[in-house]
Amino acid sequence: MKCDSARELFTALLDQEIGLHDAMTVEAHLRDCLACQVIYQEQKMQRTALQQQLTYFQAPAELAQRIKAALPSTPATSLSVTRRPRRWLNLSAIAASFMAVVISAGFYFMQPSATERLADEVIASHVRGLITNHLTDVASSDQHTVKPWFNGKLDFSPPVRDLTTEGFPLIGGRMDYLEHRAVATLVYRHRQHLISLFIYPAQTKVIPRVSSGITQNGYHLLNWSQDGMNYWLVSDVNLVQLQNFKVLLTSTTPNK
Amino acid sequence: MTEHTRRQRFETLLLPHLSAAYNLARWLVHKDADAQDIVQEAFLRAFRYFESFRGGNERAWLLGIVRNTCYDWFRQHRQHELHATYDEELHGHLHTDAQTTHSNPETILSQHDATQQLNRALSNLPLEFREVVVLRDLEGLAYKEIAVLMDIPLGTVMSRLARGRKQLAAYLQPHTVELCYEV
Repeated sequence: MKCDSARELFTALLDQEIGLHDAMTVEAHLRDCLACQVIYQEQKMQRTALQQQLTYFQAPAELAQRIKAALPSTPATSLSVTRRPRRWLNLSAIAASFMAVVISAGFYFMQPSATERLADEVIASHVRGLITNHLTDVASSDQHTVKPWFNGKLDFSPPVRDLTTEGFPLIGGRMDYLEHRAVATLVYRHRQHLISLFIYPAQTKVIPRVSSGITQNGYHLLNWSQDGMNYWLVSDVNLVQLQNFKVLLTSTTPNK
Repeated sequence: MTEHTRRQRFETLLLPHLSAAYNLARWLVHKDADAQDIVQEAFLRAFRYFESFRGGNERAWLLGIVRNTCYDWFRQHRQHELHATYDEELHGHLHTDAQTTHSNPETILSQHDATQQLNRALSNLPLEFREVVVLRDLEGLAYKEIAVLMDIPLGTVMSRLARGRKQLAAYLQPHTVELCYEV
Protein backbone atom coordinates (compact mmCIF):
# COMPACT_ATOMS: atom_id res chain seq x y z
CA MET A 1 0.00 0.00 0.00
CA LYS A 2 1.22 3.47 -0.92
CA CYS A 3 1.46 6.22 1.68
CA ASP A 4 -1.17 8.32 -0.10
CA SER A 5 -3.80 5.62 -0.15
CA ALA A 6 -3.03 4.69 3.45
CA ARG A 7 -3.40 8.30 4.59
CA GLU A 8 -6.72 8.64 2.85
CA LEU A 9 -8.03 5.98 5.19
CA PHE A 10 -6.64 7.41 8.43
CA THR A 11 -9.84 9.27 9.27
CA ALA A 12 -11.95 6.16 8.85
CA LEU A 13 -9.46 4.08 10.84
CA LEU A 14 -9.47 6.58 13.71
CA ASP A 15 -13.24 6.57 13.78
CA GLN A 16 -13.40 2.78 13.50
CA GLU A 17 -15.49 3.23 10.39
CA ILE A 18 -13.34 1.06 8.17
CA GLY A 19 -13.75 -2.40 6.77
CA LEU A 20 -11.68 -5.20 8.31
CA HIS A 21 -9.65 -5.71 5.17
CA ASP A 22 -8.78 -2.03 4.78
CA ALA A 23 -8.00 -1.75 8.47
CA MET A 24 -5.51 -4.60 8.27
CA THR A 25 -3.87 -3.19 5.18
CA VAL A 26 -3.49 0.29 6.68
CA GLU A 27 -2.22 -1.10 9.97
CA ALA A 28 0.32 -3.23 8.13
CA HIS A 29 1.51 -0.15 6.28
CA LEU A 30 1.71 1.82 9.53
CA ARG A 31 4.00 -0.78 11.06
CA ASP A 32 6.50 -0.26 8.25
CA CYS A 33 6.23 3.46 7.56
CA LEU A 34 7.52 5.86 10.17
CA ALA A 35 6.40 8.98 8.26
CA CYS A 36 2.82 7.73 8.16
CA GLN A 37 2.98 6.73 11.82
CA VAL A 38 3.81 10.31 12.77
CA ILE A 39 0.95 11.68 10.71
CA TYR A 40 -1.46 9.10 12.05
CA GLN A 41 -0.55 9.85 15.67
CA GLU A 42 -0.91 13.55 14.98
CA GLN A 43 -4.36 13.12 13.49
CA LYS A 44 -5.34 10.94 16.40
CA MET A 45 -4.45 13.64 18.92
CA GLN A 46 -6.09 16.32 16.89
CA ARG A 47 -9.30 14.34 16.71
CA THR A 48 -9.35 13.78 20.45
CA ALA A 49 -8.51 17.40 21.16
CA LEU A 50 -11.23 18.66 18.82
CA GLN A 51 -13.84 16.50 20.41
CA GLN A 52 -12.81 17.70 23.85
CA GLN A 53 -12.36 21.38 23.12
CA LEU A 54 -15.19 22.26 20.76
CA THR A 55 -18.16 23.70 22.55
CA TYR A 56 -21.27 21.55 22.81
CA PHE A 57 -24.23 23.88 23.13
CA GLN A 58 -26.75 22.68 25.68
CA ALA A 59 -30.33 23.62 24.97
CA PRO A 60 -31.58 26.46 27.20
CA ALA A 61 -33.87 25.19 29.94
CA GLU A 62 -36.91 27.07 28.67
CA LEU A 63 -36.73 25.53 25.21
CA ALA A 64 -38.24 22.22 26.30
CA GLN A 65 -41.18 24.04 27.88
CA ARG A 66 -41.62 26.14 24.77
CA ILE A 67 -41.75 23.08 22.59
CA LYS A 68 -44.16 21.23 24.86
CA ALA A 69 -46.45 24.23 24.76
CA ALA A 70 -46.23 24.45 20.99
CA LEU A 71 -46.95 20.79 20.29
CA PRO A 72 -50.49 20.45 19.05
CA SER A 73 -52.83 18.74 21.47
CA THR A 74 -54.79 17.37 18.54
CA PRO A 75 -53.14 16.48 15.28
CA ALA A 76 -52.65 19.07 12.56
CA THR A 77 -54.75 21.75 14.19
CA SER A 78 -51.99 23.98 15.43
CA LEU A 79 -49.19 24.86 13.14
CA SER A 80 -48.51 28.12 14.88
CA VAL A 81 -45.33 28.92 16.66
CA THR A 82 -46.07 30.22 20.11
CA ARG A 83 -43.24 32.59 20.77
CA ARG A 84 -42.95 35.76 18.75
CA PRO A 85 -43.26 34.39 15.27
CA ARG A 86 -40.28 35.26 13.19
CA ARG A 87 -40.50 36.95 9.88
CA TRP A 88 -39.21 33.96 7.96
CA LEU A 89 -42.04 31.91 9.33
CA ASN A 90 -44.56 34.56 8.31
CA LEU A 91 -43.11 34.68 4.86
CA SER A 92 -43.81 31.04 4.48
CA ALA A 93 -47.36 31.43 5.76
CA ILE A 94 -48.88 30.66 2.40
CA ALA A 95 -46.73 27.62 2.05
CA ALA A 96 -47.64 26.68 5.60
CA SER A 97 -51.37 26.84 5.00
CA PHE A 98 -50.91 24.72 1.93
CA MET A 99 -48.82 22.36 3.97
CA ALA A 100 -51.55 22.27 6.61
CA VAL A 101 -53.93 20.85 4.07
CA VAL A 102 -51.38 18.34 2.89
CA ILE A 103 -50.49 17.46 6.44
CA SER A 104 -54.06 17.01 7.63
CA ALA A 105 -54.54 14.73 4.67
CA GLY A 106 -51.27 13.08 5.61
CA PHE A 107 -52.48 12.59 9.14
CA TYR A 108 -55.62 10.99 7.94
CA PHE A 109 -53.57 8.47 6.06
CA MET A 110 -50.85 8.17 8.65
CA GLN A 111 -53.11 7.09 11.47
CA PRO A 112 -52.52 3.37 11.73
CA SER A 113 -55.74 2.04 10.31
CA ALA A 114 -57.44 -1.14 11.42
CA THR A 115 -55.99 -2.78 8.34
CA GLU A 116 -52.46 -1.71 9.15
CA ARG A 117 -52.74 -2.91 12.71
CA LEU A 118 -54.06 -6.19 11.49
CA ALA A 119 -51.27 -6.40 8.92
CA ASP A 120 -48.79 -5.93 11.79
CA GLU A 121 -50.46 -8.74 13.71
CA VAL A 122 -50.35 -11.02 10.69
CA ILE A 123 -46.65 -10.41 10.10
CA ALA A 124 -45.84 -10.77 13.79
CA SER A 125 -47.66 -14.08 13.90
CA HIS A 126 -45.88 -15.39 10.82
CA VAL A 127 -42.48 -14.27 12.10
CA ARG A 128 -43.15 -15.69 15.57
CA GLY A 129 -43.91 -19.00 13.93
CA LEU A 130 -40.63 -18.84 12.05
CA ILE A 131 -38.36 -17.90 14.92
CA THR A 132 -39.88 -20.23 17.47
CA ASN A 133 -39.83 -22.94 14.83
CA HIS A 134 -43.48 -23.52 15.50
CA LEU A 135 -45.21 -22.97 12.21
CA THR A 136 -47.47 -25.98 12.38
CA ASP A 137 -49.44 -27.80 15.06
CA VAL A 138 -50.30 -30.46 12.57
CA ALA A 139 -47.63 -31.23 10.01
CA SER A 140 -49.05 -32.85 6.96
CA SER A 141 -49.24 -32.30 3.27
CA ASP A 142 -52.52 -34.15 3.22
CA GLN A 143 -55.48 -31.79 3.16
CA HIS A 144 -57.63 -34.61 4.49
CA THR A 145 -55.49 -34.75 7.60
CA VAL A 146 -55.16 -31.03 8.11
CA LYS A 147 -58.81 -30.08 7.60
CA PRO A 148 -60.26 -32.51 10.16
CA TRP A 149 -57.58 -31.45 12.65
CA PHE A 150 -59.30 -28.07 12.95
CA ASN A 151 -62.61 -29.77 13.83
CA GLY A 152 -63.63 -28.99 17.36
CA LYS A 153 -60.92 -26.37 17.67
CA LEU A 154 -62.64 -23.70 15.64
CA ASP A 155 -66.23 -22.61 15.22
CA PHE A 156 -65.80 -22.72 11.47
CA SER A 157 -64.31 -25.08 8.94
CA PRO A 158 -61.54 -23.53 6.89
CA PRO A 159 -61.17 -24.58 3.27
CA VAL A 160 -57.93 -26.54 2.97
CA ARG A 161 -56.31 -27.56 -0.28
CA ASP A 162 -52.96 -28.83 -1.30
CA LEU A 163 -51.26 -27.09 -4.21
CA THR A 164 -48.16 -29.26 -4.51
CA THR A 165 -48.61 -29.75 -8.22
CA GLU A 166 -48.68 -25.97 -8.67
CA GLY A 167 -45.43 -25.58 -6.76
CA PHE A 168 -46.94 -24.68 -3.38
CA PRO A 169 -46.93 -27.82 -1.22
CA LEU A 170 -49.01 -27.72 1.95
CA ILE A 171 -46.83 -28.13 5.03
CA GLY A 172 -49.44 -28.18 7.72
CA GLY A 173 -51.76 -26.09 9.84
CA ARG A 174 -51.85 -24.38 13.20
CA MET A 175 -54.16 -22.47 15.45
CA ASP A 176 -53.58 -18.78 15.71
CA TYR A 177 -55.14 -15.71 17.17
CA LEU A 178 -55.99 -12.61 15.17
CA GLU A 179 -58.42 -9.78 15.70
CA HIS A 180 -59.45 -11.17 19.09
CA ARG A 181 -60.48 -14.51 17.75
CA ALA A 182 -59.08 -17.94 17.02
CA VAL A 183 -58.16 -18.37 13.40
CA ALA A 184 -56.93 -21.20 11.19
CA THR A 185 -53.47 -20.85 9.72
CA LEU A 186 -52.29 -22.98 6.85
CA VAL A 187 -48.61 -23.13 6.00
CA TYR A 188 -47.38 -23.62 2.48
CA ARG A 189 -43.93 -23.71 1.02
CA HIS A 190 -42.69 -22.26 -2.20
CA ARG A 191 -39.07 -23.19 -2.92
CA GLN A 192 -37.28 -22.14 0.28
CA HIS A 193 -39.96 -19.67 1.36
CA LEU A 194 -42.71 -20.34 3.83
CA ILE A 195 -46.12 -18.83 3.40
CA SER A 196 -48.76 -18.43 6.09
CA LEU A 197 -52.41 -18.26 5.12
CA PHE A 198 -54.76 -16.99 7.83
CA ILE A 199 -58.44 -17.86 7.49
CA TYR A 200 -61.37 -16.74 9.61
CA PRO A 201 -65.03 -15.93 9.08
CA ALA A 202 -65.66 -12.41 7.79
CA GLN A 203 -67.24 -10.37 10.52
CA THR A 204 -69.87 -7.74 10.10
CA LYS A 205 -67.29 -5.02 9.93
CA VAL A 206 -65.69 -4.73 6.56
CA ILE A 207 -61.94 -4.91 6.35
CA PRO A 208 -60.65 -2.66 3.59
CA ARG A 209 -58.98 -4.60 0.86
CA VAL A 210 -55.35 -4.06 0.17
CA SER A 211 -55.58 -5.49 -3.30
CA SER A 212 -52.16 -4.36 -4.38
CA GLY A 213 -50.59 -5.83 -1.30
CA ILE A 214 -48.71 -4.40 1.66
CA THR A 215 -44.99 -4.67 2.01
CA GLN A 216 -43.47 -4.28 5.43
CA ASN A 217 -40.04 -5.22 6.74
CA GLY A 218 -39.47 -7.38 3.69
CA TYR A 219 -42.72 -9.32 4.08
CA HIS A 220 -45.53 -9.11 1.59
CA LEU A 221 -49.16 -9.31 2.53
CA LEU A 222 -52.34 -9.83 0.59
CA ASN A 223 -55.86 -9.96 1.93
CA TRP A 224 -59.24 -10.69 0.47
CA SER A 225 -62.62 -12.07 1.31
CA GLN A 226 -64.32 -14.97 -0.35
CA ASP A 227 -67.41 -16.99 0.51
CA GLY A 228 -67.79 -15.33 3.89
CA MET A 229 -64.17 -15.87 4.92
CA ASN A 230 -61.35 -13.39 5.37
CA TYR A 231 -57.94 -14.41 4.08
CA TRP A 232 -54.50 -13.02 4.87
CA LEU A 233 -51.46 -14.22 3.03
CA VAL A 234 -47.99 -13.38 4.31
CA SER A 235 -44.54 -14.41 3.16
CA ASP A 236 -41.10 -13.21 2.20
CA VAL A 237 -41.62 -14.73 -1.22
CA ASN A 238 -41.78 -12.05 -3.90
CA LEU A 239 -45.04 -10.24 -4.44
CA VAL A 240 -45.67 -11.57 -7.94
CA GLN A 241 -45.41 -15.17 -6.76
CA LEU A 242 -47.59 -14.39 -3.80
CA GLN A 243 -50.22 -12.94 -6.11
CA ASN A 244 -50.00 -16.04 -8.32
CA PHE A 245 -50.54 -18.14 -5.25
CA LYS A 246 -53.58 -16.07 -4.33
CA VAL A 247 -55.01 -16.63 -7.81
CA LEU A 248 -54.51 -20.38 -7.38
CA LEU A 249 -56.18 -20.35 -3.97
CA THR A 250 -59.16 -18.34 -5.09
CA SER A 251 -59.71 -20.17 -8.33
CA THR A 252 -59.47 -23.72 -7.01
CA THR A 253 -62.73 -25.08 -5.75
CA PRO A 254 -62.13 -26.06 -2.15
CA ASN A 255 -62.18 -29.77 -1.52
CA LYS A 256 -64.86 -30.14 1.02
CA MET B 1 -52.56 4.76 19.26
CA THR B 2 -54.48 7.51 21.02
CA GLU B 3 -53.40 11.09 20.68
CA HIS B 4 -52.30 11.13 24.29
CA THR B 5 -50.03 8.09 24.08
CA ARG B 6 -48.73 9.25 20.73
CA ARG B 7 -47.65 12.51 22.25
CA GLN B 8 -46.24 10.78 25.30
CA ARG B 9 -44.25 8.42 23.14
CA PHE B 10 -42.99 11.32 21.07
CA GLU B 11 -41.84 13.24 24.13
CA THR B 12 -40.20 10.24 25.75
CA LEU B 13 -38.36 9.33 22.60
CA LEU B 14 -37.32 12.73 21.27
CA LEU B 15 -37.16 15.31 24.07
CA PRO B 16 -33.98 13.69 25.47
CA HIS B 17 -32.32 14.74 22.20
CA LEU B 18 -33.25 18.37 22.58
CA SER B 19 -29.69 19.46 23.27
CA ALA B 20 -28.40 17.51 20.29
CA ALA B 21 -30.95 19.30 18.12
CA TYR B 22 -30.08 22.67 19.60
CA ASN B 23 -26.33 22.07 19.32
CA LEU B 24 -26.63 21.24 15.62
CA ALA B 25 -28.89 24.21 14.88
CA ARG B 26 -26.65 26.52 16.88
CA TRP B 27 -23.57 25.43 14.96
CA LEU B 28 -25.34 25.79 11.64
CA VAL B 29 -27.05 29.16 12.09
CA HIS B 30 -24.93 30.55 14.98
CA LYS B 31 -27.42 32.74 16.86
CA ASP B 32 -29.17 31.43 19.94
CA ALA B 33 -32.58 32.94 19.10
CA ASP B 34 -32.51 31.60 15.54
CA ALA B 35 -31.39 28.18 16.74
CA GLN B 36 -34.22 28.05 19.28
CA ASP B 37 -36.82 28.94 16.66
CA ILE B 38 -35.45 26.34 14.30
CA VAL B 39 -35.40 23.62 16.94
CA GLN B 40 -38.98 24.38 17.89
CA GLU B 41 -40.07 24.24 14.27
CA ALA B 42 -38.10 21.00 13.79
CA PHE B 43 -39.84 19.38 16.77
CA LEU B 44 -43.23 20.36 15.38
CA ARG B 45 -42.29 18.84 12.06
CA ALA B 46 -40.97 15.72 13.76
CA PHE B 47 -44.26 15.41 15.63
CA ARG B 48 -46.21 15.67 12.38
CA TYR B 49 -44.12 13.05 10.68
CA PHE B 50 -43.65 10.87 13.75
CA GLU B 51 -45.48 7.99 12.07
CA SER B 52 -42.91 7.93 9.33
CA PHE B 53 -40.16 7.20 11.87
CA ARG B 54 -39.41 3.56 11.26
CA GLY B 55 -37.29 2.79 14.26
CA GLY B 56 -33.52 2.97 14.31
CA ASN B 57 -31.63 5.88 15.74
CA GLU B 58 -34.21 8.48 16.69
CA ARG B 59 -31.49 11.04 17.33
CA ALA B 60 -30.21 10.75 13.76
CA TRP B 61 -33.79 10.99 12.52
CA LEU B 62 -34.42 14.13 14.54
CA LEU B 63 -31.11 15.70 13.51
CA GLY B 64 -32.06 15.12 9.88
CA ILE B 65 -35.21 17.15 10.43
CA VAL B 66 -33.27 19.86 12.28
CA ARG B 67 -30.87 20.07 9.38
CA ASN B 68 -33.70 20.36 6.83
CA THR B 69 -35.29 23.09 8.91
CA CYS B 70 -31.96 24.93 9.01
CA TYR B 71 -31.71 24.67 5.24
CA ASP B 72 -35.21 26.13 4.83
CA TRP B 73 -34.10 28.93 7.11
CA PHE B 74 -30.99 29.49 5.02
CA ARG B 75 -33.11 29.74 1.89
CA GLN B 76 -35.04 32.56 3.55
CA HIS B 77 -32.16 34.38 5.15
CA ARG B 78 -28.75 33.44 3.95
CA GLN B 79 -28.88 32.12 0.44
CA HIS B 80 -25.15 32.61 0.13
CA GLU B 81 -24.38 30.05 2.88
CA LEU B 82 -25.85 27.33 0.73
CA HIS B 83 -23.64 28.16 -2.20
CA ALA B 84 -20.40 28.72 -0.35
CA THR B 85 -17.91 26.12 -1.37
CA TYR B 86 -14.51 25.57 0.03
CA ASP B 87 -12.17 28.28 -1.11
CA GLU B 88 -8.49 27.71 -0.49
CA GLU B 89 -7.78 31.46 -0.72
CA LEU B 90 -10.52 32.45 1.64
CA HIS B 91 -10.28 29.69 4.20
CA GLY B 92 -6.64 28.84 3.78
CA HIS B 93 -5.51 32.16 5.22
CA LEU B 94 -7.11 31.37 8.56
CA HIS B 95 -4.64 28.56 8.74
CA THR B 96 -1.62 30.85 8.48
CA ASP B 97 -3.07 33.34 10.95
CA ALA B 98 -3.43 30.67 13.53
CA GLN B 99 0.09 29.45 13.12
CA THR B 100 1.52 32.95 13.44
CA THR B 101 -0.47 33.59 16.57
CA HIS B 102 0.64 30.36 18.12
CA SER B 103 4.28 30.85 17.34
CA ASN B 104 4.30 34.38 18.68
CA PRO B 105 5.81 34.21 22.17
CA GLU B 106 4.07 37.48 23.11
CA THR B 107 0.71 35.84 22.75
CA ILE B 108 -0.05 33.50 25.54
CA LEU B 109 -3.42 32.01 25.02
CA SER B 110 -5.49 30.98 27.95
CA GLN B 111 -7.50 27.81 27.63
CA HIS B 112 -10.57 29.96 27.24
CA ASP B 113 -9.14 31.89 24.32
CA ALA B 114 -8.03 28.70 22.63
CA THR B 115 -11.54 27.27 22.80
CA GLN B 116 -12.90 30.54 21.51
CA GLN B 117 -10.52 30.42 18.59
CA LEU B 118 -11.29 26.84 17.80
CA ASN B 119 -15.01 27.55 17.96
CA ARG B 120 -14.56 30.51 15.69
CA ALA B 121 -12.62 28.36 13.25
CA LEU B 122 -15.44 25.82 13.12
CA SER B 123 -17.99 28.61 12.71
CA ASN B 124 -16.04 29.87 9.73
CA LEU B 125 -15.83 26.50 8.01
CA PRO B 126 -18.09 26.23 4.97
CA LEU B 127 -21.42 24.67 5.83
CA GLU B 128 -20.77 21.31 4.16
CA PHE B 129 -17.65 20.70 6.25
CA ARG B 130 -19.02 22.23 9.42
CA GLU B 131 -22.06 20.01 9.56
CA VAL B 132 -20.05 16.82 9.06
CA VAL B 133 -17.67 17.78 11.90
CA VAL B 134 -20.59 18.65 14.21
CA LEU B 135 -22.50 15.48 13.38
CA ARG B 136 -19.48 13.27 13.91
CA ASP B 137 -17.25 14.88 16.48
CA LEU B 138 -19.92 16.48 18.62
CA GLU B 139 -22.99 14.33 18.05
CA GLY B 140 -21.11 11.07 17.53
CA LEU B 141 -23.17 9.84 14.58
CA ALA B 142 -21.93 6.95 12.47
CA TYR B 143 -20.67 7.71 8.96
CA LYS B 144 -23.58 5.81 7.53
CA GLU B 145 -26.11 7.80 9.54
CA ILE B 146 -24.49 11.02 8.35
CA ALA B 147 -24.50 9.79 4.75
CA VAL B 148 -28.22 9.01 4.93
CA LEU B 149 -29.02 12.24 6.75
CA MET B 150 -27.13 14.43 4.28
CA ASP B 151 -27.88 12.27 1.26
CA ILE B 152 -24.23 12.03 0.23
CA PRO B 153 -22.02 8.98 -0.38
CA LEU B 154 -20.13 7.42 2.51
CA GLY B 155 -16.80 8.35 0.91
CA THR B 156 -17.83 11.99 0.81
CA VAL B 157 -18.61 11.93 4.53
CA MET B 158 -15.10 10.68 5.16
CA SER B 159 -13.34 13.15 2.87
CA ARG B 160 -15.30 16.15 4.19
CA LEU B 161 -14.60 15.09 7.74
CA ALA B 162 -10.90 14.69 6.99
CA ARG B 163 -10.70 18.14 5.42
CA GLY B 164 -12.80 19.76 8.11
CA ARG B 165 -10.65 18.34 10.89
CA LYS B 166 -7.48 19.31 9.08
CA GLN B 167 -8.63 22.92 8.89
CA LEU B 168 -9.47 22.98 12.57
CA ALA B 169 -6.28 21.29 13.70
CA ALA B 170 -4.38 24.53 13.13
CA TYR B 171 -6.41 26.18 15.86
CA LEU B 172 -5.77 23.62 18.51
CA GLN B 173 -3.91 24.79 21.52
CA PRO B 174 -0.27 24.09 20.66
CA HIS B 175 0.69 22.68 24.05
CA THR B 176 -2.18 20.21 23.95
CA VAL B 177 -0.61 18.76 20.86
CA GLU B 178 2.87 18.70 22.34
CA LEU B 179 1.61 17.11 25.51
CA CYS B 180 0.05 14.33 23.53
CA TYR B 181 3.28 13.69 21.68
CA GLU B 182 5.05 12.81 24.90
CA VAL B 183 2.47 10.27 25.93
